[in-house]
Amino acid sequence: MSDLEAFRVETRAWLEANCPPEMREPVRDDDDACWGGRNFKFKNPAQKLWLETMAARGWTVPDWPKAYGGGGLSAEETKILRSEMAKLGCRPPLMSFGIWMLGPALLKFGTEEQKLHYLPQIARGEIRWCQGYSEPGSGSDLVSLQTFGEDKGDHWVVNGQKIWTSYADKADWIFCLVRTDKTNKYQGISFLLFDMTTPGVSTKPILLISGSSPFCETFFDNVKVPKHQIVGELNRGWDVAKYLLGHEREMISGGGLGEGLASLGAAFPDAAANEPVLRAEMAMFDVETIAFRAHSERFMDEWKTGRAHPAYSNLMKYVGTELNKKRHELVMAAGGSDALEWESARSKGGAKPRTWLRTKANSIEGGTSEVMLNVVAKRILDMPGA
Amino acid sequence: MALYLSDDQAMLKDTVAPFLAENAPVKHLRTLRDGKDAAGLSRDLWKQFAELGFTGILVPEADGGLGLGHVEAGIVLEEIGRNLTPSPFLTTAVAAVDALKAGGADLRAQWFPRILAGDAIIALAIDEGAKHRPASTAMAAERSGNGFKLSGKKQFVLNGHIADMLLVSARTGGSAGEEAGITLFAVPRTAVGISVDVDRLVDSSLSARVTFDGVQVDADAVVGEIDAGWGPLTRLLDAGRLGASAEMLGVGGGAMDMTFGYLKQRKQFGRLIGEFQSLQHRAAHLYGEMEGARSIVIKAQHLLDDGDPRAELFVAAAKAKTGKSCNLAVREGVQMHGGIGMTDEYDIGLYMKRDRALNEFFGDSYFHADRVARMNGY
Repeated sequence: MSDLEAFRVETRAWLEANCPPEMREPVRDDDDACWGGRNFKFKNPAQKLWLETMAARGWTVPDWPKAYGGGGLSAEETKILRSEMAKLGCRPPLMSFGIWMLGPALLKFGTEEQKLHYLPQIARGEIRWCQGYSEPGSGSDLVSLQTFGEDKGDHWVVNGQKIWTSYADKADWIFCLVRTDKTNKYQGISFLLFDMTTPGVSTKPILLISGSSPFCETFFDNVKVPKHQIVGELNRGWDVAKYLLGHEREMISGGGLGEGLASLGAAFPDAAANEPVLRAEMAMFDVETIAFRAHSERFMDEWKTGRAHPAYSNLMKYVGTELNKKRHELVMAAGGSDALEWESARSKGGAKPRTWLRTKANSIEGGTSEVMLNVVAKRILDMPGA
Repeated sequence: MALYLSDDQAMLKDTVAPFLAENAPVKHLRTLRDGKDAAGLSRDLWKQFAELGFTGILVPEADGGLGLGHVEAGIVLEEIGRNLTPSPFLTTAVAAVDALKAGGADLRAQWFPRILAGDAIIALAIDEGAKHRPASTAMAAERSGNGFKLSGKKQFVLNGHIADMLLVSARTGGSAGEEAGITLFAVPRTAVGISVDVDRLVDSSLSARVTFDGVQVDADAVVGEIDAGWGPLTRLLDAGRLGASAEMLGVGGGAMDMTFGYLKQRKQFGRLIGEFQSLQHRAAHLYGEMEGARSIVIKAQHLLDDGDPRAELFVAAAKAKTGKSCNLAVREGVQMHGGIGMTDEYDIGLYMKRDRALNEFFGDSYFHADRVARMNGY
């Protein structure tokens, strides 16, 4: 037996022994998942136990170095762990912008002190993070952002407003793009970390078409940020931000599908049996899903070994989010009038229509599909024009 | 296994790609077509394939071959697709070889050496109607003497007019629509009672309608087991379907690259047309579709090589997905080329023709999406 096969066998046995049965049910929605953080209330003891057991092994972040709270696994071992978790239906122990987005950026750009301080907390789910990128006037065009940090010697004083800050009202800390030089459009932005309880920080949820929202407006009124809480170089935050956006796109493109990886037609046997045209669309969609799953796997294999083009995450974001939107159109069509129910207990508080509406943002957040296509055309396909 | 080419596979690609670009570019197809070549392909080229070892890629080492897998066969097929090379590689060295692995020692000893030497061309006599429905085989194989007597008609038998042997699905039991009762036969094309009516197809390939009028074959012509030909037939079809998918990666990829090149040099309204956002978005979308197809093909190749039970589902998904993506590539190719894309002189139209034929070969996207649905339980 090869080392990897031995690892697979051991891992499966360990997961079978340690993953509580309650943590082998699919995650129903965002509220049902474990997000960690100072104020997080576990839904049940199993959720807490699963997080602690996995964190102790470094398996909330299996491919990070052990020194930073990770599992120290190779890319191949990480892939095996994920596939064994998927086979047993194990939930991710922790949903975390810290893991998906900030962590990789800190690993690449952080100082050793920052890595030792922040990464283990992220790995254990102790700090819940939010992202402060977009502003009312700066969506996909982030270089136009206006939030300003004034240099006061040993700290900055930050003033401005962010928007679409996911879970800002529940987050403990924010990673934030702040203009620190007004004279240079690109090289005048810095990447700052600060506590959301710092005086001057306030948040307000935004009601969306889905009737609820993880999104907030976030306001900064003379917020004092110590100098050592910058990641990367002064005025070169764009490098950090771009790197992090690559990971965000990877997350949205893959994570967005989630339970969508299963067969659509099999989930709606009545529609499949009695609506031949809809069945045909669902069959085509299943083909696309299987292809996308393989595409994600290939992308991860290439990304982790440095083979993927740096802009390839833009392509995956585009493909994955458009596919997820299509899926939920079909879910609504297959569900018929049942899928319209918005507030009944039977409909779990309107989970289907709310999820359908929520997915419409997939091709807007993290850069619109149109911006993704622009990037692919210019950076990968080398099409002419500025 | 990671879903990219290993170092050895990348080396194979570095051998195959320049060889085909030099020896069998699109001009090679044009020469055969314009000269109304009766064979429709070059036997010299087929010999060269053998000399380079390509014909033995899937032949087991015990039978004198290289014992490699569908990833390697796919590398050759993609370049065949990219150059629109007329070749019996897919039917002979891929589909037939995988079926013959289930054959008896005599059949293997008879055909593997000839395939390895580039002396044999094998054609597939599977389809009986205009659409691919292998389970609906009606052709009769009645017991006769120490073997069988075959009677019936097949169509879409590519290279059937020049093949040395035909792999024929026929019914020794059951009735049309059932998988059980089908038997697979290896029949010499010159057997008494076979008549061949050859037609040149839209993509310039030569395809036959073959009539079997009481063709007598011995019992040792059976590939696999009597009444249980669905097994080797499935192997043949899976290999063929995935091979056709790999070839379509080349056809779609070739059309796409040609089109992107054109967008970067053609000027209209004083600008390169590749500067127009409407075309950039369509180009980027097309690229994504072809990349998705590439991913499912390599995934399915790995699963088929590993003997994974999921292989059949992934092969069906691969044929359906590459069919859609390649078709988009050639349609966008002609459209983005504008008027020049409609001319015979320009190659893009040839890619569209080959796509149409490959889409139909071994079942189209609709057929395979339907199979995916059935395998997913609806």
